[in-house]
Amino acid sequence: MSEALITALLVGAIAAAVPLMLAGLGELISERAGVLNVGLEGMMLMGAYGGFVVALATGSTWMGFIGGAVAGGLVSLVMVVLCVRWGLDQIVVGIGILLGVEGLTSLLHAAQFANTYPRLGKAAAPSIPWLSDIPVVGRVVFGEPYMVYVTLIAVFVAGWVLRKTPWGLAIRATGESPEAVDAAGVNVVLVRSLATLSAGVLAGLGGAYLSLVSSGNFIPLMTGGRGFMALVLAMLARGRPIWLALGALLFGFATALTTALQIFGIDIRPEIVNSLPFVVVLVVLTLFGRDDYLPSSLALPYVRGER
Amino acid sequence: MKPTDTVPPEMTDEHTVVSDGLAGGPSNADDSPGISLGSSRMEKIRRSMLLTILPLVAAMVVGGLFLLALGRDPLAFYATMIHRAIISPSGLQETLIRMAPLLLISAGLIVAFSAGIWNLGGDGQFMLGAALVGGLAASSAEVMPRGLMLVLMLLIAGTLGAVWTIIPALMKARYGINEIITTLMMSFIGVNLASLLVKVMFLDDRPGIQTPRTPVLDVADRLPTLFGTRVHSGVIIGVIAVIGVHIMMTRTSLGLRLKILGANVKAAHHAGLGVSKLTVATFLLSGMFMGLAGGVEVLGVQGFVRADWNPSFGLVAVPLVFLARMNGWVTIAFVFLLSVLSIGGELATRDAGLPNQFGLLIVALVLLFMTVAEYFESRRLRGERTVWATMADRILSKGDAAGE
Repeated sequence: MSEALITALLVGAIAAAVPLMLAGLGELISERAGVLNVGLEGMMLMGAYGGFVVALATGSTWMGFIGGAVAGGLVSLVMVVLCVRWGLDQIVVGIGILLGVEGLTSLLHAAQFANTYPRLGKAAAPSIPWLSDIPVVGRVVFGEPYMVYVTLIAVFVAGWVLRKTPWGLAIRATGESPEAVDAAGVNVVLVRSLATLSAGVLAGLGGAYLSLVSSGNFIPLMTGGRGFMALVLAMLARGRPIWLALGALLFGFATALTTALQIFGIDIRPEIVNSLPFVVVLVVLTLFGRDDYLPSSLALPYVRGER
Repeated sequence: MKPTDTVPPEMTDEHTVVSDGLAGGPSNADDSPGISLGSSRMEKIRRSMLLTILPLVAAMVVGGLFLLALGRDPLAFYATMIHRAIISPSGLQETLIRMAPLLLISAGLIVAFSAGIWNLGGDGQFMLGAALVGGLAASSAEVMPRGLMLVLMLLIAGTLGAVWTIIPALMKARYGINEIITTLMMSFIGVNLASLLVKVMFLDDRPGIQTPRTPVLDVADRLPTLFGTRVHSGVIIGVIAVIGVHIMMTRTSLGLRLKILGANVKAAHHAGLGVSKLTVATFLLSGMFMGLAGGVEVLGVQGFVRADWNPSFGLVAVPLVFLARMNGWVTIAFVFLLSVLSIGGELATRDAGLPNQFGLLIVALVLLFMTVAEYFESRRLRGERTVWATMADRILSKGDAAGE
């Protein structure tokens, strides 16, 4: 394999993995707190739109990411109120959120950009003397858009917070046994609200990555099922951010492999390559995964004094 | 749950509870004398009407604000929508045609949800059924009579849909692996496989076809239409499926066993029910309806499958069936409502020069407002006062609130 191919493959894998990582990380946190966020795709889509609009107005990619995070967070507030505070069904509300955001963003896009189709400039990447000149590694490790590094740091920070801090303990305990957490004097609704909000913010960032870095513009329904993929990855990661990151990279690699092989004239159907990770996961689950480690109170609303 | 003796005084008149709970007033005046006897069935129907119509109105008001903001006339938009979806004969036919796949999918979801199984992989099961039928129907029509071909195709679609749930079913039954993950994964694979079937195996490779698609089934060979309209008999199949499932769930021992399974798996074990077998059976039945929906949509409407076609009906039907509380009759009503909204929405947005996803926004608002309405209603029935209800009472009927 040539150097160019390897570089393209790895860069493509990371580019495809980052949105999954961000959104999946949010889902993972909220799942650990007991909230199954089916509206993740919607929050990503809103983040993609919000990020694009803000970046277009301010001319700054960073402001765009902040806009995406805020947009995703705002959507997750619907979930906070309806599911966490009022205890309504998380799957129903999640799907409602997804459909609503699909409609809303398409509408706003049509009203604002239908005739102009503006584009953003290329996202900035570091250029470190010497290091960036190393073949393959220079581009893949030291030349990524800045958000990639932020994402990786976020994965490690989230892993550390969940495992080592009182906050992480509160989140994990809330997912397993909210009654006990409540009895211990921790505010279950607050913990779950914050976890849901962080899912919205991270999904918003993931969506913003799509519009700001991957494509440079906003297209209606551009998330194309990535939210659900992130949801599956988060559930498969068994609550461990590192596993989630590795899973996202595996999927990113599969996506990149299709493109790379096609560029080099090897005709393999993208459907096969895209399905392969799922097939592998299913086989692994069948062979080894005799149980799953989902929080025992996942998707169950907590109402004090009930049950 | 609070004991009944804490119920506020006005709750004793069962009817007022219902009417002012969500209406916040307007229906109070005209229907208070009407209900004299405790006709609980009428009461129920009335309540569910209210729980449907109010969210619908609320959704249209919010949607109307968006329309206003975009410089469109909301009233004209909604008038077009209703006209195109219900009043004009061709629109009504479209609406009924749209109901067919949604009804079958709903039937599959009713079975699964009643048994406590979240089959979220409907899209994959639907698309596989559709793709296989799309690929085989045209060539089968050449070698066998139409009736036989149609029955065979529906059998194939249903079987494939069911087969596609076997892995999640066994994983759930054997190892207790959460079916949300497995059905979603199988759905991704299924959609990809369906696209592959269309592009590779069943490709119509005559020149001049832009998007890859399967051969076209002759209009004369499709599902028979009803009473000289374009409405195909798939709608009947759908209605029968939903009602059949409803009867199964409410009148048969299998239905009862599934409900026990859905209510409490441990209880089902203790009651000596074959939990594994029931779980697998539920999955198969649910998947069968999903696949059948795909087959019906191809045999009745499309006639072929394009590689990029995926209507994602499965996802919209989930909240719908859930809001209908797995009741077949309510589901049929909701499916009709959804079809009106989506067909009317599609046509009205085209007229107004808006993207047709605007219809999705209205559907989403209806769903969310309906969930919220249910929430307020259930709080009222439990005798809990919400802040908003208290406020509404204070504003609208000062006497009652003071009496409390």
